[in-house]
Amino acid sequence: MPHRKSLSLVWRRYPQRYQLIGSKCLTCGTHFFPPRDFCPKCRRKGEIVEQKMKGTGKIHSFTVVRVPQEGFEMEVPYVLAVVELDEGPKLTAQIISVKPDEVSIGMPVKMVFRRISEDGDSGIINYGYKFEKA
Amino acid sequence: MKHFGIVGYGAYVPRYRIKVEEIAKIWGKNPEDYKKGLLIREKSVPDVDEDAATIAVSASLNAIEMAGINPQELDAIYVGSESHPYAVKPTGTVVAEAIGATPNLTSADYEFACKAGTAAMQTCLGMVKGGMIKYGLAIGADTSQGRPGDALEYTAAAGGAAYIIGSENVMAEIEETCSFTTDTPDFWRRAGQEYPRHGARFTGEPAYFKHVLSATRMLLEKTGTTIDDYDYVVLHQPNGKFPLRAAKTLGVPKEKITPGLLVPEIGNTYSGASILGLAAVLDEAKEGDRILMTSFGSGAGSDSFSIRVIKKKENKHPVKSYVEKREYLNYGQYAKHRRKIRM
Repeated sequence: MPHRKSLSLVWRRYPQRYQLIGSKCLTCGTHFFPPRDFCPKCRRKGEIVEQKMKGTGKIHSFTVVRVPQEGFEMEVPYVLAVVELDEGPKLTAQIISVKPDEVSIGMPVKMVFRRISEDGDSGIINYGYKFEKA
Repeated sequence: MKHFGIVGYGAYVPRYRIKVEEIAKIWGKNPEDYKKGLLIREKSVPDVDEDAATIAVSASLNAIEMAGINPQELDAIYVGSESHPYAVKPTGTVVAEAIGATPNLTSADYEFACKAGTAAMQTCLGMVKGGMIKYGLAIGADTSQGRPGDALEYTAAAGGAAYIIGSENVMAEIEETCSFTTDTPDFWRRAGQEYPRHGARFTGEPAYFKHVLSATRMLLEKTGTTIDDYDYVVLHQPNGKFPLRAAKTLGVPKEKITPGLLVPEIGNTYSGASILGLAAVLDEAKEGDRILMTSFGSGAGSDSFSIRVIKKKENKHPVKSYVEKREYLNYGQYAKHRRKIRM
C-alpha cells in the first residue's frame, strides 16, 4: 500500500475531499475546484469566497484502469473520469457502482463519500469523493 | 404542545447481495436448512470502499435532507456500530466533517452489538429534552462480519440508518423509551480479534427473547398501552425467525410486524437492523400511526420505544429503493469485498 508521508497534506484537504468545498469569485461568478484564492480573470478586482459545490455534474471524459496503482488492486477494472461539475470546474474522480461498458461521456453523475485509500493496516484511512450515476 | 422526537431520518444499504445458496455451497451445507431455519434468502454486502463511516455518512445526508436543517445546527453526533473503522478514532469525527457539522458539537462512538444505534437515539433524546442541544444525530451503521463457515456468515450484513432528534419540526414523537440490560454471554468479540464468537445456546431464550420481551413489556406497562394500541411493531431482526416468534409471544399480528421486517432480503445489519426496520415503517406510516420498536444488542440489552407519527415527511430515498437495488456476488467476489483474501 502506498505510504502517504504527509499526514498534514491529506488533513488540509479534508474540506475539499469530504465535502467538495472549493471557492468562487464574487466579481465574475467563476467557481474553482480545488479552491483558488485568486481569480485569474478579475485579478485584483476579484473577490474570492469559500463555496461548497452541489456534487452533481457529468462525465467530460473517462478511462478504464486495468493496471492499477498500488493500493487499488481490489478495484480493477475501474473507471477514472474527468467530471465536469454543474458549477463549471472539472475534477478527476473514480466512477463507482457501474460497469466500464455502461459509462459514457455526458453521463450525469453525483458525488458519494467513500474510502479512497489507506496507509497500510495501521495507518490513517483516507476518505473522499467518488461519483456514481445520478 | 412541544413534541420531542424524530425531525428527519435517512437509510442506506449497499447494493451488493449474496444468496444463502452461494454461501452454503462453499461450506457443503444444505441451503434450505438456513433458508427455513433462519428465514433469510440473501444478505447485503458492502462495496470494497465502504465501511461503517461511509454508510453512516450516506444515511446522515439523507436524514439532513428530510429534516431540512443546516448541518451546523447539529450539536451532537453519536455513531453506534460494532464495526467502527478504527479501534481508536471516532467514526463520529469523520461523519461530522463529511456532513459539514464541525466544529461546534459533541460526538462519541457507541458499541452495544446490535443496539448501539438505539442507544444513540436515547442519548440524543435525553440531551434534547434536557435543553443541552437543539438537534442531535443518532446513527446505527455496520459492516458486520461472521467467521467463514459460521452460522453468522449467512446473516452478517451491512447497512445503516440515521435519525435527527429534536423538538422543532418533529415528524414522529418519541412518546416513551425504556431499556432492559443484563450481563449475558451470548455473543462477543475480544479486542484485536477479527471475528466474533457466540455462546450458541445463549443466543435465543436467555438473550434475544428475554431482553426483547422484557423491554417491550416494560414499555407497555410504562405507557399503559397494549399491542392493540400500535399500528406497527419493529423488533430487532438477527434472522427472520426470532422477531416473528417474539411477535407471536407478544400477540402481535403478522401484518403489524412484516412492514419492518427487512432481514429476509438484506440480512442482519446489526446496529442498523431495528432502526432500518423503523425507517421502512416510517416510509409507509400515516399521520397518527403509532409504532413500537424494540432493539436488541448482545451482551445483552434491549431498548424499547413508543413512537407516534405526527407530521408525514417525504422520504426521497426510501428504504425500499435501497432494498430493491441489488447486484449479486459469487462467494469469491464476496470474499474480496469482505477482505477475506489476504494480499
